[in-house]
Amino acid sequence: MHIVICIKQVPDSAQIRVHPVTNTIMRQGVPTIINPYDLFALEEALKLRDVHGGEVTVLTMGPPMAEDSLRKALGYGADRAVLLTDRYFAGSDTLATSFALSQAIAKIGETFGRPDIVFTGKQTIDGDTAQVGPGIAKRLNLSQLTYVAKIASIDLKTREIEVARRAEGGTQLLKSRLPCLITMLEDTNEIRRGSLQQALCAARSQVVKWTAADAGIDDLTRCGLRGSPTVVKRVFAPTARAESAAQIDTAEKGLQDIADELIADILTRRPALEHELAFNSGT
Amino acid sequence: MSTASQATPRLAPGRAGVKKELPDRFKDYRHVWVFLELERGNVHPVSFELLGEGRKLADKLEVQLAGVVLGPPGEMVEDAVAEAFAYGADLVYIVDAPPLADYRNEPFAKALTDLVNTHKPEILLLGATTLGRDLAGSVATTLQTGLTADCTELDVDSDGSLAATRPTFGGSLLCTIYTLNYRPQMATVRPRVMPMPQRVDKPVGRVMRHKLSLVEDDIVTKVLGFLPDNQSAMANLAYADVVVAGGLGLGAAENLQLVKNLARAIGAEHGCSRPLVQKGWMPADRQIGQTGKTIRPKLYIAAGISGAIQHRVGVEGADLIVAINTDPNAPIFEFAHLGIVTDAIRFLPALTEAFTRRLSPHSRDKLAS
Repeated sequence: MHIVICIKQVPDSAQIRVHPVTNTIMRQGVPTIINPYDLFALEEALKLRDVHGGEVTVLTMGPPMAEDSLRKALGYGADRAVLLTDRYFAGSDTLATSFALSQAIAKIGETFGRPDIVFTGKQTIDGDTAQVGPGIAKRLNLSQLTYVAKIASIDLKTREIEVARRAEGGTQLLKSRLPCLITMLEDTNEIRRGSLQQALCAARSQVVKWTAADAGIDDLTRCGLRGSPTVVKRVFAPTARAESAAQIDTAEKGLQDIADELIADILTRRPALEHELAFNSGT
Repeated sequence: MSTASQATPRLAPGRAGVKKELPDRFKDYRHVWVFLELERGNVHPVSFELLGEGRKLADKLEVQLAGVVLGPPGEMVEDAVAEAFAYGADLVYIVDAPPLADYRNEPFAKALTDLVNTHKPEILLLGATTLGRDLAGSVATTLQTGLTADCTELDVDSDGSLAATRPTFGGSLLCTIYTLNYRPQMATVRPRVMPMPQRVDKPVGRVMRHKLSLVEDDIVTKVLGFLPDNQSAMANLAYADVVVAGGLGLGAAENLQLVKNLARAIGAEHGCSRPLVQKGWMPADRQIGQTGKTIRPKLYIAAGISGAIQHRVGVEGADLIVAINTDPNAPIFEFAHLGIVTDAIRFLPALTEAFTRRLSPHSRDKLAS
């Protein structure tokens, strides 16, 4: 089977800093990583290939340096990597991104064989929208299976797939058909360590690089800033509350005294809580 | 949202350089819609929160607020319709058909897309639940319009555009996003981000009923079953009245027990900040913040949490926020009401003990005598 997995190279959010005066993001020196949610999708794709045979193609859209993330994915054991990179893609929102990626997936299908499954992560850690997966599914007319916790079975003969999907208040068991798009839930597996051989392969193998034209995109008005219906009007830091927290003085006091003082303060501010806490505590 | 911005000099700054030039085909798009999410017989509370927010937007725009209910024919849908009016809707659109009994993307996306194309709302709001996000993403793609996820604030601009504010860059900043030249303007909002409006009993008003233009045989995906979560094991964080949470300041996974002990002593739910989930110290359903649960408890105690924006937007609705952190400059002290600069690892056991003493009926009796 042929599986395409879409990944995104994102800044390591733990290391993002905001300039205290200008309130702009200080990107300099912030390391990039594969979006952590995508690794669950990648591992699931590799597992399926191990069982059913076939190939895993990893795809990303981004600046030329996104090649780093593709090489990492090859190191984990992906068979092929495609980098979609073009200045026309700059400023893409989720609609424009899903357009470009779906065109590239169609091209991957023509070039390397039609994918049976397209994977994405649940969402990215920088955009947090969870919209690109459903966007790709809709554009390519794939069955849309989001928040998948488990792939219970795949039958390549009947083209049937059964999955467990996280829903509100429970787990939905769904039967659908290939080709489908799956967004994989977090904590569903653990990314493997690539073998030494794969690491060597990853370093040597070619990353396929496509421009918009290479991916068969004729209509550039649907890409990048121009193809994005949403407009970011302003970016700002939230205003501080008028007064910051009232500090409880801890100098020369025992922990128990501080704790008693804190509780007294809480209950002075919210007297109704006493009854509630006592009631809830069940003591 | 835009992931990168390209400087385009000919465009004026301030509005991301884009003017509003609404094409003629969108000029008759009017009114505010809220999608009501049915969750096995009940309306998800986020739908009521959105009706409250939708009401404000509709009043500002001087248009109507409509609820949208998709479900199987019968009582469940009729109850949801009554609730929509009780929470402020002026009218309700219904699509009721057997394939809408359980959520699946295909029939729901088809029903909602058809309704939008027929009745042309200018704003469409959905809850940012697993269902709402699954649905909104495909509906917006079919309609080729803008969708802003996980908004924390919604407002209407002077020219009637929806201003949707959400955290960005991993929650370190906020941004305001517009869908200027496309309709409808779509947005999702997480549960508990908006306050629950007052419910007022009202007679059922105008209802517009539509057919689903699909039959079961057209639908590829079938529902085989549903396993409800084990209620006792699941965190009911979003709707808890008292919440205690831990952050990186706790230093080690085993210190989360201190958070759990305090939570148990005062009958609270426990949670954590995002880095702890990323470290695997706590399951994702306990995460509090923009990408986890938004909470609105009466009391929130944050232990060893620094208070990044993505955490802040998830807890700001709390009535009383108590922060415990060793760093006097931690951002959490900018939005907490009460702060203690001390080591949470040492302080939590003392606080648990003090609460237990204070709250035990025995000691209260003694105090009273």
